[in-house]
Amino acid sequence: MQECWVAAMTRAFADLHLRVNPKDQQATQKLITKAARFGYSQISIPFTSKLNEEELTKLKATCSEAGVDFVSRADFYPRSENDLTHFVRKFRRRFEVICITCDSKEVARQAAKDRRVDLLNFPSLDYHKRFFDRAEAELASCNLAALEVDVKPLLILEGPPRVRLLMSLRREVATAREFHVPVVVSSGVAEERLMRLPRDLASLAFLFGLDEAQALDATSTSPAAIVRRNREKLSNRFVAPGITVIKEGKSS
Amino acid sequence: MKRVKRRYLALQLDCEGMPAEREFIDAVWTAVTKLYGEVGASLTGLALIDFDVERKVAVLRVSLAELNMLRASLATITSIGDKEAAVHVLGVSGTLKALYGRAK
Repeated sequence: MQECWVAAMTRAFADLHLRVNPKDQQATQKLITKAARFGYSQISIPFTSKLNEEELTKLKATCSEAGVDFVSRADFYPRSENDLTHFVRKFRRRFEVICITCDSKEVARQAAKDRRVDLLNFPSLDYHKRFFDRAEAELASCNLAALEVDVKPLLILEGPPRVRLLMSLRREVATAREFHVPVVVSSGVAEERLMRLPRDLASLAFLFGLDEAQALDATSTSPAAIVRRNREKLSNRFVAPGITVIKEGKSS
Repeated sequence: MKRVKRRYLALQLDCEGMPAEREFIDAVWTAVTKLYGEVGASLTGLALIDFDVERKVAVLRVSLAELNMLRASLATITSIGDKEAAVHVLGVSGTLKALYGRAK
């Protein structure tokens, strides 16, 4: 029954944060198959700074077998601004999406300033480390960075911790919308059972103040726009924003 | 008095074993109450219309104004009874006839 409903979806949905360990092949395979069955068009499993080309190739093959587009993504938890700059310089051209989890205000500001950073993520449980304020949003808005919200904590937390998280998320999402910073809603899950259908994932965004259209955009058009932009930049034909090589002339 | 507009939701239960009807509806009410409180839950006009244990499919009725509230609550369900579970919304419709028609 589920298949006929999933096939009726018109949007192309993306979940850019499946938190499974790529080394655990069985769990990864299961999660990818489930994502495909749920109707996701694009999924991403984050790599840490230790890049293994073999694992990446294997994941891409598994995803293409399942009929899902795999987006390569690197997550990093920099301790300082220099650490962040060093990481981005090293990995920007090797991954389609770069996400920075901001652990300090300095790192958060630098990440928002850096045009090479795509997603800004903040620790869900430590409310003192959520630095997405107006200044951060203004910087992110100028540099095309998006705010990423993982819904996993909303599923596993209960009572006051969930209330506090919802308060922070509502404030941050309102700030992001004020400064036209795109919001990307991802699952952030590692277990199959916590995966949700794309529209259910979007419906969790109602809890922190997005309306239906905004919630659907946060799980479809916003992540897809980031991937499209970066793939274009990473292609051999890219010269500068708005300039691409269409045809190469013969050298005389 | 203005007629209350309603929506019907087809739900797929993703869990091991076969949960009882009572356990399922308790899980839904608990999720709604936890997120929106008792006043919020009372506004939903929630009712279980159909529950197919074999196919693990349920149909709920909710008032249109509170549809988003219910969808968010259903997404937060992680257990039914004492077993791990997830509830997926397969479709929403204004009439039961259309809902069952789409499922065929």
